[in-house]
Amino acid sequence: MFQLRRFLKKYKLQLTIGPLCKLIEAIFELFVPLITADIIDNGVANHDVGYVLSRGGWMILLGALGLCFALVCQKSASIASQGFGTQVRNAMFHHINTLSHSELDRFGTPSLITRITNDINQLQLAVAMLIRLVIRAPFLVVGALVMAMTIDLKMSLIFLAASPLIALVLALVMHQSVPFYKTIQQKLDKVSLISRENLSGNRVVRAFSKQESDEARFDQKNDELAAAAVTVGRISALLNPLTYVIAQAAIVAIVWFGAQFVFGGYLLPGQIIALVNYMTQILLAMIVVSNLAVIFTKAFASAARVNEIFDTRPSVVEKNSKPISVDRNAPAVEFRNVSFGYADNGYALKDISFTVPKGASVGIIGGTGSGKSTLVNLIPRFYDTSKGEVFVNGNNVRDYPFAQLRGKIGVVPQTAVLFAGTIRENMRWGKKNATDKEMIKALQISQSYEFVSQLPEQLDSLAAAGGKNFSGGQRQRLTIARALVSNPEILILDDSASALDLATDAALRKALSQQTRNMTVIMVSQRVGTIRYADKIFVLDKGKLVGTGTHNELFDHCDVYREICLSQLKEEEVRNR
Amino acid sequence: MSNQAKSTDQSTVKRILHYVSPYRPQLIGAMIFAVCYVALNLTAPILIGYAIDHIIEEKNVDFSAVAQLSLMIGVTVFACAIFQWLMGLCVNSVSYFTVRDIRKEIFRKFNAVPLRYIDGHPHGDLISRMVNDADAVGDGLQQGITQLFSGLVMILCTLGFMLLINVYIALVVVVITPLSMFAAAFITRLSQKMFREQSKTQGEISSYVEEYIGNQKIVRAFGYEETSQHHFEEINARLCACGQKSQFYSSLANPSTRFVNGIVTAAVCIVGSISAISGTITVGQISVFLTYANQYTKPFNEVTGVIPQLQSALAGADRVFSLLDEKPQQPDGQESVEMNSCKGQIDIENINFSYTPPKKLITNFNLHVKPGQHIAIVGPTGCGKTTLINLLMRFYDVNSGDIKIDGTSIYQIKRNSLRSLYGMVLQDSWLCNASIRDNIAYGKPDASLDEVKAAAKEAHIDTFIERLPNGYDTIVTEQGANLSQGQRQLLCIARVMLCSPPILILDEATSSIDTRTELKIQEAFRQMMQGRTSFIVAHRLSTVREADVILVMKDGNIIEQGSHDELLSKGGFYCRLYHSGENISTGNMPVSVH
Repeated sequence: MFQLRRFLKKYKLQLTIGPLCKLIEAIFELFVPLITADIIDNGVANHDVGYVLSRGGWMILLGALGLCFALVCQKSASIASQGFGTQVRNAMFHHINTLSHSELDRFGTPSLITRITNDINQLQLAVAMLIRLVIRAPFLVVGALVMAMTIDLKMSLIFLAASPLIALVLALVMHQSVPFYKTIQQKLDKVSLISRENLSGNRVVRAFSKQESDEARFDQKNDELAAAAVTVGRISALLNPLTYVIAQAAIVAIVWFGAQFVFGGYLLPGQIIALVNYMTQILLAMIVVSNLAVIFTKAFASAARVNEIFDTRPSVVEKNSKPISVDRNAPAVEFRNVSFGYADNGYALKDISFTVPKGASVGIIGGTGSGKSTLVNLIPRFYDTSKGEVFVNGNNVRDYPFAQLRGKIGVVPQTAVLFAGTIRENMRWGKKNATDKEMIKALQISQSYEFVSQLPEQLDSLAAAGGKNFSGGQRQRLTIARALVSNPEILILDDSASALDLATDAALRKALSQQTRNMTVIMVSQRVGTIRYADKIFVLDKGKLVGTGTHNELFDHCDVYREICLSQLKEEEVRNR
Repeated sequence: MSNQAKSTDQSTVKRILHYVSPYRPQLIGAMIFAVCYVALNLTAPILIGYAIDHIIEEKNVDFSAVAQLSLMIGVTVFACAIFQWLMGLCVNSVSYFTVRDIRKEIFRKFNAVPLRYIDGHPHGDLISRMVNDADAVGDGLQQGITQLFSGLVMILCTLGFMLLINVYIALVVVVITPLSMFAAAFITRLSQKMFREQSKTQGEISSYVEEYIGNQKIVRAFGYEETSQHHFEEINARLCACGQKSQFYSSLANPSTRFVNGIVTAAVCIVGSISAISGTITVGQISVFLTYANQYTKPFNEVTGVIPQLQSALAGADRVFSLLDEKPQQPDGQESVEMNSCKGQIDIENINFSYTPPKKLITNFNLHVKPGQHIAIVGPTGCGKTTLINLLMRFYDVNSGDIKIDGTSIYQIKRNSLRSLYGMVLQDSWLCNASIRDNIAYGKPDASLDEVKAAAKEAHIDTFIERLPNGYDTIVTEQGANLSQGQRQLLCIARVMLCSPPILILDEATSSIDTRTELKIQEAFRQMMQGRTSFIVAHRLSTVREADVILVMKDGNIIEQGSHDELLSKGGFYCRLYHSGENISTGNMPVSVH
C-alpha cells in the first residue's frame, strides 16, 4: 500500500487540508453537547432567556461553520482520490504495455482487467475515506471520551469500559461474518456457472433430455447459496442489537451514577444529558470505524494485487532504442540451436536450427502442442529464447529496438480479433498514414475487398469490439489485410486461415504469392493443403524439428509428415503432382 | 411519474409480493417485530428523561425512582434489542428465500423457452438477470422492510410521542426536519446526472481495457502501445473529471444532514429551554426531545436513501419478469407418442422455414432418407448448415411442411423421446463441469463404469483418460479448458456411443485438432456411422464423396442436392466448390517463383 504513495504526491495539499477541515468540523460537533449542558444548567436554571438565545445562536453558527469546513474536505477528498485513481490507472496501463508475453501469460487477461478496474477503484475509495473519515471517526471516539473526562473523570470510567466492549463486539461479529461473504461469492459464482453452462449447452441438454437433472443440480447449489446467505445474515443481524444494548447499558450506568454524583453535588443534571449524548456519538463513530476497517482490509488486498503488477519487470527488454544497420543480403530469418521453455514447464522447443532465405515461402506444420506458434513468436521477440539465438536480416533479434524489429514483421495471430472502430482505423494499425489505395490492395490480397466493398460504409464501416459483427472467416481475412497494409518484409500467418473454406484459402495463397513477391511468408498450419506448395516446409513434433524440405521430399522421407498427410488427404491426392 | 408507469410499478410490486407470499409468516413476523422494536426504541429515551427529572440538584435526588426507572430502561433496551434481532432474522429469510425461488424459476425458464430465445439473447444478459437483477430484488426487499417500513413507523411514532410531550417543540422539529429531505433530494438530483455520466465512462474504460489488455499480443506485434496509452489516458481523464464531480456531490449528503440535525438540536434547545424556563416542560423532557430530534431525522434520511435502491429493485424485477413472461415452447400434445427406437427412415416433406419470417430461408424442401443412408451437408462458412440440425431435432419448428421418422411426424412425438433417437456431436464440444465419467454417462446416468469404459474405448479416448492422474474421476473444468478441443470432441463421441441412438448428427471440426486426434475422430465417426442414418456437416472431401446424398447450402438455402457424381455432372455450385478444392489437390495453383 505504501509503495503507492508516490501517486499521492501531487495531492499533498488536499491530503493535509481535507482531514484538517474534517477535524475542525468534528471538534465543533463535540462542543454541541457541552453547549446543551450549559444552556440547561445555566440558562434554564437561572431563567436567563438571553443566555439561552445567545448559546443557541452559537450552536447554529458552529453547525454552519462545520458544514463549510466539511464541504472543503469533501472537495479535497474527491479531487485527491479520483486524481490518485486516474494516475494509478494510467501508470498501470503503461506498465502493462511494457510487459512481455510471458508476464501477460502468467497473469492472464481477466486478472489484469480486474486489477486495473476493480482493484484501483477500491484503492480510490480507500483514499477518499482516508481523507474523509480516518481522522474524523476515531477522533470523535477519542474526543467524546476526552469531553466526558472534562465533565467528570469518574463518570468517564463508564466510557472507558463501554467503548472497548463495543469495539470488541464489532470486531467479533465482523470476524465471524466477513469470511462468509467470500463463501457466498463462491456459491453465487457456482450458480452463475451452472446457468452459463445450461445456456451454452442448451442444445445438448435438450438433446439428451437432461432438463430435470440439470434443474436438480441447479436447485442444490441455489439452496446452498440461500442457506449461506441466511447464515451470514444471522450473524450480522446481531451487530446492531448487541452494540445498542452495550451503549444503552452504559447510559443506564451514567444515569444511575450520575444521580449519586448530582446528589453529592459534583455534577449537574444538564451534564448527565451531555454524557448521554457523548455515549451515542461514540456508538455511531465506532460503527463508522468498523466499516472503515472493512474498506481498508479490502484496499490492502487490492494494493497488493496492484503492486504485484508494478513489481513485475518485463523479461524481454529493449537493448537500445536506436535503429541498427541491416545486411540486405542476409537470410530473412535464422534460428541457431534455439531452445525455449515456458516457465518451468520443460522445453517447448528443443535445439532448433534453420534458415529462411529472403523472399521465400515457408510452411510450418505439426500437431497441437508441437511448438509451431511458440517458434514464430520468437521471431518478433515476443519471448526471448532460453538457449540459442534468433537472427533477422543477419542481426540478433536482441540487438534491435522493438519498433525496428516489429516494423519489419507483419503478424497475423491465431485468434482473429479486430478492435472497436472503423475498418479504416483497424487497417492503419501497422501504418498510421496508410492511404486508401494501400488499404484496398491489402484487402484485395486477403480476399476481403469483395465483402468490404459491399458494406454500405465500405472502409468506414464500424467493427464491433473483437470484430464480432463479422463472421469468423471475414475476420481472419481482415486481420491478414491489417498485417499486409504496412507491406512488411516478413509476414507470419499463425494458423490464420483455419476458418476459410478451401476455395477462399486457395485464392488467398495465390494472391499472396503473386502480389507480394519480395515478402518472406511464414505460414503455420494444421492443414497440409495450406502449406504443401511452400518452398520449404518445417515439420515439428513435440518441440523438435523432425523434417525440412519440400512436400514431396518430406512425404517420402519424413514419417510424421506422411502420417499428417494421410490423415487429411487420400493417398492419390497426396501423390497427385 | 406518469400514471402508466405507476401502474406497471404497482403490478411489479404485486408480482414481487406473490413471490414473497410463501414466506408470509416471516414477513408478518418481521413487521410485528419492527413495530415492537420501534416502540421500545422510542420508550427508552422517555424513561431516561423521567430518570433525569428525578435528579434535580444537589441533595435532591429521588433514588428509588431512579433505580426503578433504570431497571425499566434496562428491560426495555434488552427487549428492544431482541425484537430488532428477530426482525433482522425474519427479513433475511424472506428476502433470501424469495431470491432463491425467483432464481429457481428463471432456471426452469431457460429450459422451457424455445431455443430461438436463447439463441437470440446474449447469454451474459440472461445470466445478469439471474445473478444481479435477482440480487437487486432481494436487496430491495430487505431495505424495503427494514429501512422503509421501520423508518415510516419510526417517523409516525416519534411524531406521536413528541406531540404528546409538547406540541410546540414537536412543531419546531416537524417544520425543520424536512429540510434535510429537501437537501437530500436536491443532492440526489445533482449527483444523479453525474453518476450516469460516471458509470457510462466507467463502462467505456472497462471495455477499452478489456479490448486492449485482452489483445496485448496484437498491440505488441503492431507496436501500438503509445497510441493505445494515449487513448486510454484520454478516456481516463474524462473519467477523472466526472468522477470528481459525482463523488463530491454525493459526499455532500452526510455533512448537509449533519447540518440540518445541528439546526434541529439548536432549535429544540432554545425552544425547549425557554419552555422549561416558563415551566411548561421539564429538563428531562428536553433530553427526550434532543434524542427524538436525532431519531426523527434519521429515518427521513434512510427513507430517502433507500428510494434509489427500491427503484433499481423494481427495474431488476421488471427485467426478471420480462424473462419469466417469455412464452414457453408449445407443450407436447395430448396425443403425442413415445418412440423408443426406429429404423431411421426420414422423410422431409415440402418444408418451409425462416428464422425471421419475411426473409425466406428454406423453401419447399424435400428429402427422403432410407435407413442407414449418410447425408453430407456442405457449403461455405456461415451458410447456415446448423439450420437443418435445428429442424431435425425440433430445436426450431418448421413454418410449414412435415418431417417424418419411420412415417411418424416428429410433431406427433414427445420432444424428449424424439431427441433420444438422435446422437449429436457438435463442433463446439460442450461438456459440463463434472467428472469425465459423468460426462460420458450424461445421456444414461445409470450406466456402469464398465459401460462407460467401453464407450470411451470405442471413441479411442480410453488410453488418454487412464493416463490422467484421476482417470475417469477427473473433473472437466469450465467449458472443458483442461482438455484439448480434439479430446473434448472424442468425449462427446463417447457420450453418444453410450446411448447408441439410431440416427446421428455430426459436425466435422474445421481446424485446430492435431493430426493424431483427428485420425482417431475420423475412425470413431466411421465406426459410429455404420448402419445408422447419419447427417454430417462435412469439411473433408473424403467424407463428402462417400455420402449417399450431398446437400449443398448457400446463404441458408439448400441450393443443390444429389450424389457426388450427379452434382459434378450438373456443373453447379458444388462443382465449382469441389474444383476449387481439387485445384489444390491437383497442384494447379501457381507457386511463387523466387
